[in-house]
Amino acid sequence: MTQNPTIEAKGLHLTFETNDGPVHALQDVNLEINKGDFVSFIGPSGCGKTTFLRCIAGLEAPTSGEISVNGMSPDEARRARAYGYVFQAAGLYPWRTIGGNIRLPLEIMGFSKSEMSERLDRVLDLVDLSGFDKKFPWQLSGGMQQRASIARALAFDADILLMDEPFGALDEIVRDHLNEQLLQLWARTQKTIGFVTHSIPEAVYLSTKIVVMSPRPGRISDVIESTLPKERPLEIRDSPEFIAIAQRVRDGLRAGHAHV
Amino acid sequence: MKSILPVLTVIVAVLLIWVVAVVPMNVHLTADQAQRDGAVVMPDTPIARKEVSGFALALKNPHLIPLTYFGKRPNLPSPHQVAAEMFNTIFGKKITSKRSLVYHGWVTLAPTLLGFVIGTFLGVLLAVGIVFSRVMDKSVMPWAIVSQTIPILALAPMIIVVLGAAGIHGVLPKSFIAAYLSFFPVVVGMVKGLRSPDQMQLDLLRTYSTNNNQGFWKLRLPSSTPYLFASLKIGISASLIGTIVAELPTGAKAGFGARMLVGDQYGQPILSWAALFAAALTAAALVGIISLIERGTLRKMGMKPA
Repeated sequence: MTQNPTIEAKGLHLTFETNDGPVHALQDVNLEINKGDFVSFIGPSGCGKTTFLRCIAGLEAPTSGEISVNGMSPDEARRARAYGYVFQAAGLYPWRTIGGNIRLPLEIMGFSKSEMSERLDRVLDLVDLSGFDKKFPWQLSGGMQQRASIARALAFDADILLMDEPFGALDEIVRDHLNEQLLQLWARTQKTIGFVTHSIPEAVYLSTKIVVMSPRPGRISDVIESTLPKERPLEIRDSPEFIAIAQRVRDGLRAGHAHV
Repeated sequence: MKSILPVLTVIVAVLLIWVVAVVPMNVHLTADQAQRDGAVVMPDTPIARKEVSGFALALKNPHLIPLTYFGKRPNLPSPHQVAAEMFNTIFGKKITSKRSLVYHGWVTLAPTLLGFVIGTFLGVLLAVGIVFSRVMDKSVMPWAIVSQTIPILALAPMIIVVLGAAGIHGVLPKSFIAAYLSFFPVVVGMVKGLRSPDQMQLDLLRTYSTNNNQGFWKLRLPSSTPYLFASLKIGISASLIGTIVAELPTGAKAGFGARMLVGDQYGQPILSWAALFAAALTAAALVGIISLIERGTLRKMGMKPA
């Protein structure tokens, strides 16, 4: 492909200065993410996967190296509202209804009333929460709350979706269900997705590209292009192909560990 | 409604202690009076009786015990005396009368409410400044704390005198002292409340490229609401105390504070006690009203009280 990558990192370094001396959160990270990719970042805690996602989002500034998002610096991309960000916790405002929470970014960005309600209906449908817009967050289960937070990130229609362990706090059954829904959502919206996880099956099941990272210093130890088809029923996880990719991810994680 | 039983239990316990305490507190006075009225009292001189404790004197002269509850100028008025005085002065007098507790209550309540409004407004304003400006955080907060370490009893007369010299009389000087006491809990609570959103919520707003103004109205202010109400409840009772303290040392002619002082100075403790209880009931009512508003507001916001 000759088209410019949507997200591109070149020689990215990030060092946090702490009381115990510098911590190398990211070291020489190079990566290209193309439009429409579903990229997972996997690795043990401390490998810099969240930090890298935050660099893309402009929430963290790299010490050196280059990173571009939609051809802009991450900070410009953030100001241009180029991405939606989903955090580990749903973080819905308890004083706003589900509808009110999803309208929050739209209010901030100054959408018109009619536009807001139209978008609200659309994203509620996308995350399968139609009819819940008048409910308060505490009236919903954890999985539904996280779906609402995804809807909130989708509401303003940025073509990049950054997700930081969004299903980490949910149980396996809910997680499977949400993974399936996320793939459908991705197919329907054609978004570019960056997804942080520490679950190997989740990463393999969801991604077109799996970035394996290792800690101290945080760096990329392997990039795996998935050979799985776009259409992925949950049963695909028992296929030999799936298991082979999972094995390679596991090897990558182990190799990263050997350096320590 | 679940709280009624515990509250009643405490009230009954307090009343019981009170009723028992009336006897030893008043028995010496009662004995003197009874002897003047021709009753036989053991021991038979006031000086000898001074050597005997209240309880012992009451046990030696059981016929005095009922009388201790009806003294005209008791050391400790009995509950029914205070209740009767309150009933008399609240319901038995025209509310425009100088002997009506309702009249005195309003004299105290007006500056309390005005001071509370001023204090709350000032407190919220300072808290917003402290949260958004590092300079104010470093410079104003220590002074706010120091302001509360100065005994208000020492400060109140000075403020009244200074304001009086400047030609300001009436409600305003008392409100000023009420505001002085009530702004502080509001500052502390609101600073905590406005800072209560966690890093994730602030990051979320950054991903929307939100400006400070929007962040304040959409996140910080609503997050601080439970803290605000907690502060208002402390603030309004502090405000009432401030007003009463302002009435005490300045020879105020009306108000709960003036009533308490008059009772003390003219040896009419029943009067003081009635004013004291009326003030306590007023404070409870004010806090109760704020609690109701709190419950309604937070329910409407889908939240629970902090």
